[in-house]
Amino acid sequence: MNVVILGCGRVGGLLATLMSQQGHEVAIIDVNKDSFRRLGPGFRGRKVLGKGIDEDTLRSAGLPQADAFVAVTNGDNTNLMASQIAQHRFNVPRVITRVADPIRAQAYREMGLDTMCSSLMGAGIIRSVLLGESPVDALRAYSDLLQELK
Amino acid sequence: MYVIVIGGGKVGYYLTKTLLADNHEVLLLEKSSARAAFLAEELGEMVSQGDGCEVRTLQEVGTSRANVVVAVTGDDEDNLVACQLAKRQFGVPRTLARVNNPRNEEVFELLGVDATVSSTRIIYSLIEQEVETGEVIPLTALKRGEIEIVEADLTPQSPVVARALKDIHLPGDTVVAAIIRDQHIVLPSGTTTLEIGDCVIALTRPADEAALRALLAGKQE
Repeated sequence: MNVVILGCGRVGGLLATLMSQQGHEVAIIDVNKDSFRRLGPGFRGRKVLGKGIDEDTLRSAGLPQADAFVAVTNGDNTNLMASQIAQHRFNVPRVITRVADPIRAQAYREMGLDTMCSSLMGAGIIRSVLLGESPVDALRAYSDLLQELK
Repeated sequence: MYVIVIGGGKVGYYLTKTLLADNHEVLLLEKSSARAAFLAEELGEMVSQGDGCEVRTLQEVGTSRANVVVAVTGDDEDNLVACQLAKRQFGVPRTLARVNNPRNEEVFELLGVDATVSSTRIIYSLIEQEVETGEVIPLTALKRGEIEIVEADLTPQSPVVARALKDIHLPGDTVVAAIIRDQHIVLPSGTTTLEIGDCVIALTRPADEAALRALLAGKQE
């Protein structure tokens, strides 16, 4: 698949390397060129320097032709804005947005964005490990975790 | 009206003061505690410390009661999210966002923000008004630039002087809306004849502007 990733932080860098090693077409965007150092030696994709909420940057990263867009910067709002541009402006078929704030993640999920709450996933898995449960069950129950918080 | 202003920078600050002077109920939300404390010294209870993109914070300040939410932080993505949450989670009827990058104006409207203000774009159009390019000056744009209002002072070189409007072939769908002549406004009809010194106010599409310029102002240098 042809995937564009926004944010070459720890998550983005790892994701980009894994996907590229598997043979997928990857373009990774970051605003800081030093971030690209996080990419592994197996990375064969394209590095794009620029702001992910900038249409021109997204366009030069290949969004019009992309099968998927993943927004995994450290900023929830940046991720949310970029993802919506990908979805509504470029009609990318698969859009995944990392949102650290569980409430915002749920709110935007209700608005039709595929959000993944990194903090909730992390907390859920660690709790499972602590309690001797299977982490796989924790992932499966990911969507229930938010209910627990209310 | 109950107005919530998100972002306690200069824009938020002056906006809050202006709204208060007009007797509206205002709440200014500022993320930084130091800045919020500073603002509270003057504005008291009108200031609340908090992140306008957090649902909990918006709940605490009674966003569901608000008539308008205005997001004027320095970051477009924060302004977008604040407005979207205000509208979709709290049903605020009108959301306004400041847009720093003028390219984002269109995206914001696409994503449901009711109105956007890009100071860059406003200042740019004011600059355009000062630069007399062939004496046809763009005044403002309507409907996201689909229609422009332009003004042109007719000089002796102007090809349309001493001709009746009905005899002038205006480009495209251009309409002459008004003529300012000797401090009076003339609402023209087909028989109105254009004179030297007339200030013609026309509505035109951007694509026809160049042709209109050639027609009203004469040859370019």
